Amino acid sequence: MTAPSDIQGMGHSVRRKEDARFIRGKGNYVDDVKLPGMLYLDIVRSPYAHARITNIDIAPALAVPGVLAVITGKDLDAAGLAWMPTLMSDRQMVLPVDTVMYQSQEVAAVVADSRYAAADGVTEVGVSYDPLPPVLDPFKALQPDAPVLRPDREDKSNRIWHWEAGSRESTDRAFREADVVVEQDIYIPRIHVASIETCGCVASMDSVSGRLTVWMTTQAPHAIRTVFCLVSGIPEHKIRVISPDIGGGFGGKVPVYPGYVIAVVAALKTGRPVKWIEDRSENLQADSFARDYHIHAELAANRDGKMKALRTKVVADHGAFDAAANPSKFPAGLFSIATGSYDLQAAHVEVDGVYTNKPPGGIAYRCSFRVTEAVHTIERMVDVLASEIGMDPAQLRFANFIPPEAFPYKCATGWEYDSGNYPGALRKAMDKIGYADLRREQAEKRARGELMGIGISTFTEIVGAGPSDTFDILGIKMFDSAEIRVHPTGSAIVRIGVQTQGQGHETTFAQIVAEELGLPVDNITVEHGDTDTAPYGLGTYASRSTPTAGAATALAARKIRDKGQALAAHLLEVSEDDIEWADYKFRVRGAPDKSKTMADIAFAAYTNHPKGMEAGLEAVCYYDPPNLTFPFGAYICVVDIDRGTGEVKIRRFLAVDDCGTIINPMIVEGQIHGGLTMGMAPALFEEISYDEDGNIRGGSFMDYLMPTAMETPVWETDKTVTPSPHHPFGAKGVGESATVGAPPAIVNAVVDALAHVGVRHLDIPMTPSKVYAVLEAHGLAE
Amino acid sequence: MSTYPIRVTVNGVEHRAEVEARLLLVHFIREDLGLTGTHIGCDTTHCGACAILLDGQPVKSCTIFTVQADGKQIGTVEGLEQGGQLHPVQEGFWQEHGLQCGFCTPGMMMASVALLERNPDPSERDIRRAISGNLCRCTGYVNIVKAVQYAAEKMQAGTPGGLGASPPENRVPAGQGG
Repeated sequence: MTAPSDIQGMGHSVRRKEDARFIRGKGNYVDDVKLPGMLYLDIVRSPYAHARITNIDIAPALAVPGVLAVITGKDLDAAGLAWMPTLMSDRQMVLPVDTVMYQSQEVAAVVADSRYAAADGVTEVGVSYDPLPPVLDPFKALQPDAPVLRPDREDKSNRIWHWEAGSRESTDRAFREADVVVEQDIYIPRIHVASIETCGCVASMDSVSGRLTVWMTTQAPHAIRTVFCLVSGIPEHKIRVISPDIGGGFGGKVPVYPGYVIAVVAALKTGRPVKWIEDRSENLQADSFARDYHIHAELAANRDGKMKALRTKVVADHGAFDAAANPSKFPAGLFSIATGSYDLQAAHVEVDGVYTNKPPGGIAYRCSFRVTEAVHTIERMVDVLASEIGMDPAQLRFANFIPPEAFPYKCATGWEYDSGNYPGALRKAMDKIGYADLRREQAEKRARGELMGIGISTFTEIVGAGPSDTFDILGIKMFDSAEIRVHPTGSAIVRIGVQTQGQGHETTFAQIVAEELGLPVDNITVEHGDTDTAPYGLGTYASRSTPTAGAATALAARKIRDKGQALAAHLLEVSEDDIEWADYKFRVRGAPDKSKTMADIAFAAYTNHPKGMEAGLEAVCYYDPPNLTFPFGAYICVVDIDRGTGEVKIRRFLAVDDCGTIINPMIVEGQIHGGLTMGMAPALFEEISYDEDGNIRGGSFMDYLMPTAMETPVWETDKTVTPSPHHPFGAKGVGESATVGAPPAIVNAVVDALAHVGVRHLDIPMTPSKVYAVLEAHGLAE
Repeated sequence: MSTYPIRVTVNGVEHRAEVEARLLLVHFIREDLGLTGTHIGCDTTHCGACAILLDGQPVKSCTIFTVQADGKQIGTVEGLEQGGQLHPVQEGFWQEHGLQCGFCTPGMMMASVALLERNPDPSERDIRRAISGNLCRCTGYVNIVKAVQYAAEKMQAGTPGGLGASPPENRVPAGQGG
């Protein structure tokens, strides 16, 4: 007999099912896949940022014991595979035929019978280069005399695209009528997601059936299968993509990297399974990057602080190939959410995507399509305005929030926000952290010469892409899916079109079904990531799993409940109208002691279904969301700055998040902890930069400073709950909120600590050397 | 390439092998022994996903050669559970949500086991220092610290209980902590 306490549906901190294998070392990641006769692939990479290849001598590599093949761009070109399409309707070299476009670009591949032999072979491939001047500054790339980096394109320009949102005219008018205009240049540097597992795959072709199976580190296995089909001509039913356990994704495992394609080619060429696993340095140097946004922002307001309009111009460095993973109609992602949590009468944003001699940029770093850049812009600009008019940044925010009663709210760039209570979240955060006391403490410390700052970020996200009339990737609409099959004895299997990389789907999706069907969570298995068995979905990124596939799961369960209602009526010998679903049971209205559980119903569906009804108990749902969801939060950060070293210490950080209805509070809190750490990382430590020759600085963990437990503070969290009105159970998505919301809170705190000497802005990362230089410039250094 | 005979004891089981001098210990463990719980996350000895115990000391197995382990005792994540009983550190990571993608977890747990062996009552700072050679991209470390504290308490109480069938009192209470 199922006790209600066994169900553990919505709102319970159920321990994660997937952890049972992870804590025992029994996860199955791509590099754990080992097939009989498997070969290993390793890649020769370019030392130059821009160069012509004059010759590739493969003979010495082929002489290395264990090396079976060397693959070059010319080999691929002969098969029509030297280039591949990107998700952004651009194309990207798999291997170059004659020109390399960035340092560490793939140049050739060595296939050998062991990992070590493949690495030996790589050192023996002789590549001759004729270096070309690299174009590294996107502003220089846009100048008329700049060399055209992509002569293969019809448009002989380094401007990839120009994109705008909002109304230029009404924004210009609002600016003319404003009392105050503040403007600021903001650079958000290039960063890398650096999931602890790098990328890789195992490709295997069954010569008898003609079926290709690829185990790969992908966040979107179905989309990859379709792309592989279109590129290779192999029929889609003969391709199976398996995304096994994934060691972190964060957006970096959405793109198709050349290594995957070369491994497939190598498997076809050799007739044996081929494994490719990149080293960390390859991952950091050549896989797609995030951010790299050069923003010029202007904010118009009245003297009393009422904000009127926002204007931004952005130059986005997308590297040599536009291999970002945005929805087709949004080359600059959802940057037009830059109006944030504020009621602005007008806004205009424009973005130019630019080619440079760097690896592809523009992918996510744990954020929904450029939302971090948008939030950074508006949250910084609000503080710049506060400083200009001498108003407390919290008060300025309260004066401009979209009021709770204004939802659904259409913003100046056209998005319809579903729900929100921004003043409620900020008030809760201020009360909890003791904002007034902190301001008093700051004044006392400032009088003593100590540097303490308080920073606020009241962000709004836009996630859950998305409605099919607007959102697609390569034409495939961004719905998502779930299939549920209830077994005769009252347990169930759920298959979903999204793919966890640590978010805990095996647990949370089971909880959704437990709640909807009244079955114990322990009796529900969740499967995903295998295109042979999972329903078609667009995958997990941009905080879309719960808003899309989570909704599909709930609606599929409700279809099962509908059939269950008919079965219950049959078993209880009443009319269907007399049955109600309450307390996780089908009950006869007015006679609650007459009831059937879902387990009773499931048994009947296979053993005692009424004449005329199909046997079995299963359902499928492909969910097309009616709108996006808009999670939000209020973050307050307190920093102390060491005047002797320039080091920024986060003393306290309180995150009040609102992601709508919560499935598993423990998992939500874990997502926020991780997101805050990935928000702090670029604010204080991480940056990928290049020297004048295009050499990457930060291409290994020696130089790319990911935070350890020593730099990471104890995060404080709290919540408000404002359900999404259009989602079946009111959830909004939470995986990325903290990464999006945290950086401006930290910058605002550091700038606040230095505001009394006139500092109004700092670009990230705010490293000790950068901050120390500011202290020196203002006579604050010790 | 010349090979060398070695003899190592891994999780209590003796193994003999002929290995190349350059074979990294992590590759021997993962590929020759098939113990894939030990992971590889970098090439500069920074991430700690490959951490194991070598004669009881935590080491990064990507940075020593297999021949250097000759004659030594090796402990990997697969050896933590004994007789169906999870190690308190495993229990702590599960109970306190100390992992998400699970990739850093084996190394993180081995570093934690080594800490608790030498310091049964670590402060929060001791814990953070002990895992500072292990990178986690998912959790923000807060719950990892809690997981190690949970394990320390369990080990001090001398009741390393298994998790087994997950009785209700074993579940984290509903509601969000701070």
